This record gives sequence, structure tokens and C-alpha cells, in this order.
Amino acid sequence: MTECAIEALALRKSFKGHEALCGLNLTVPRGSVFGFLGRNGAGKTTTIRILMGLAKADQGAARIFGIAPGDDDSGALLRRRIGFVPEDKELYPYMTVEEVIRFSRPFFPHWRDDLERRYLKAFDLPPKKKIPDLSKGMRSKLMLLLAIARGSELLILDEPTDGLDPVVAEEVLRELIALSASDGTTIFFSSHQLAEVEQIADRITIIDQGRSIISGELEDLKQQYQRIKVVFADGIPADIRWAQGADRIRNEGRMVSILSGRNSEEIMAQARALPGTSVDTYPVTLRELFLELMRAD
Amino acid sequence: MIIHVNPASGIPIYIQLMEQVKHAIETGALRAGEQLPPLRRLAEELVINPNTVVRAYRELEYEGVVEVRHGAGAFVRQPAAGHTLVSRKAQSIMQSAVERLAAAGLTEAAIRRLLENELAQLKEGVIGRRT
Repeated sequence: MTECAIEALALRKSFKGHEALCGLNLTVPRGSVFGFLGRNGAGKTTTIRILMGLAKADQGAARIFGIAPGDDDSGALLRRRIGFVPEDKELYPYMTVEEVIRFSRPFFPHWRDDLERRYLKAFDLPPKKKIPDLSKGMRSKLMLLLAIARGSELLILDEPTDGLDPVVAEEVLRELIALSASDGTTIFFSSHQLAEVEQIADRITIIDQGRSIISGELEDLKQQYQRIKVVFADGIPADIRWAQGADRIRNEGRMVSILSGRNSEEIMAQARALPGTSVDTYPVTLRELFLELMRAD
Repeated sequence: MIIHVNPASGIPIYIQLMEQVKHAIETGALRAGEQLPPLRRLAEELVINPNTVVRAYRELEYEGVVEVRHGAGAFVRQPAAGHTLVSRKAQSIMQSAVERLAAAGLTEAAIRRLLENELAQLKEGVIGRRT
């Protein structure tokens, strides 16, 4: 049995001469809650489509539980083990909530009645209501219920809380946490809500222009990255060569703001040794880290 | 719930958890022999990753603050003799320092930065002396 829920190695994919993915690597350990981050157009949806076997990579390999999702036979069996909630959250418009559930159940031999009941209740879904009469939040919760109740070992969620009000979003996150804690379900989700990723994910990957630019355990990344602010009483000297690890350096008036990914202690010691300085460090939030990494300079 | 975290503060959540547990012990909100909230319940209530709670409890065990009994949960250990006295003294020193700084017109953020800066210098001093 492989330790990885998802593994992708050097994925490449072009559309009409545009490179959507250029050598994307991804490792999602089993049981993790994994945040998949990037700007619009970074390649997230293309990656998810390849993982779901809906698109084929031009080069490179993707494996889910060690199986290639693009294979006709094994890929189809594989998809029964995965609950997928796409970005658009469309459902059969002529059915009621309970009809959709009754209709979906026979397709999945591992359907979990207990989870179906639990999430009908937890999400407060009205069984008799028709799909078009549901709010966006209700529709998202129903999609999530369908993805979970099929007995998925892995959930792939494309922006699961997009457009939800904060109360509903928190409910959804809480249920995802509960599912991860009780069943060890692997949850792979993309999101632009960096605060909620920071809250529930234990691992993240940030992708940009079709490749991964940072990945790892979130708590480690947060410890690793620091913001160091150095104020020079007499103005910033012209020729400072900062120690290695000073990744992003910005001069603002009398202050230098440094984002360091390693060697923070050394950079701070260097700053303190310079004449007339006062040095402060600040923790870096995921949002700041994301914005800094996306800044073109 | 005696524990609160702020996931968007930039400080790793497991460190926030550890500090809050220690603080709860120092103030007497949690006493020796008492049980910490079960992993799953804490993760679900705070809506944070269960592995983060595992990590915090594991680190607290490593530091000797709690004892993890398998299948039963994490329990606060008997503190070393004199520990409570030291921490009570420390609290009064800190309290008077903070009150004086606040009276001098410093903001909460400024006081926090000063303290963190001092701690950083202390850490560097220790490293410097060792080498």
C-alpha cells in the first residue's frame, strides 16, 4: 500500500500553444488536508482534471493511490474511491434533494448510509426541496454530501467554500475536519480563501504558471518564513549585501523589509551589527507569503 | 473552552496551542492530573487540522508538561517543585513591566515588539557565548 494519496511527477499540458502546466510536481500524503493554491489561470483546474482522468497530460505521470487515473478500466474503479466537487457545482435541476441522493446511491457500492444521515442533519438540508430552489450554500453542501457519502477515501474539492457566507463556510470546514479526524479521509482542496486554508490544512502547495513554487507542512513553512524589518536611523546605506536567505528585500524610506525563508538569525545578527539599526521580526501569514511570492520583481 | 487560536496571526497554530495550555496550567485553569481536551473534539471545536493538535500535544509531552496515556488522552503532569512559585513571581515582574510601559504611553503592539526583540537578543547572546 502506498503512503501517497496523490502523486504527480513533472506534469506538462499545453492548450493551443499555451503551456498550462510545465513540469508540475505534487505529493499528497494519505490522511492529509491539503491546500492547493495559486492564482486564477495558474493551472489548478487543469491539474484537477488530469487527476480525475478528465484530461490527459502531454508528459509526466499522475497516480492516485498508485493507480493512473487516465486508464480506462482501473481509472473507472479508482473514481469510485474519490469524491469530486467541481467548481461549477451543477446538479440535476428537476430533482429534489432526496431524489438526487436516491439516484446517486446505487452507483456506489460503498455508499455510507450513516454518513448520508449525518450530513443531511449536519448540513440541515431540506429533503423535499427542488435543486433550483436551493441557495448556493445549500447546493454546495448537497454536493459535498454526495461526495462524502459514497464512501470516498479521497475528496477532491475545487473551491468548496466559494460564494458561501462565513457561517456556512465555517460549517463546511468543521465537517471536513470531523471527516478527516474520524475516517482519515484525505482532503485535497483548492481555495482562494487563504485564511481558511491556514486554518484547516496541514500541507500546502502553491503553484504559479504551471509549476509548484512552494510546498510543505504549513506549520513548518510558517516557522521558516519571517518578516524582518530593519530601521536605519541615518538612512539605508547604499551597498548592503544581505546574507543568503533574504529572499524579498524592499527598501521603504529608512526601513528595509526582508522576507527570509531561511537563515533568519544570521540576517538579524547582520542587521544588528550595522550602525544605527533597530531590528524587529514579525511572523508571516499565509496570505503575506502568497502575495510576496506572486509579486513580480 | 479554555483554548483559543488565531490561525491568521502568522504564528504556527501548534505553538499557540502549546502556549495556551501552559498558560492555563500557570493560572490554575488546568491542574495536575486533569485531562486536556481530546484531540478530535479540540480540532472540531476550533476547526483546525487534527494533526496540528497532535503535534502540539506531542511537543508538550516532550517538554514534560503533559503525559500522553495511549487510548486515554493527555494529562497535565505534576509540575517540578517550586515551579508554580517561580511562575507566580515571573507573572508579577511581567505585570509591573507591562503596566509601566503602558503608562508611558506605549501601545500593545509596541510592547510586544520590544519583548520579542529582547528575547531575540537573549537567544543570540546565548548562542554567541556558546561558540
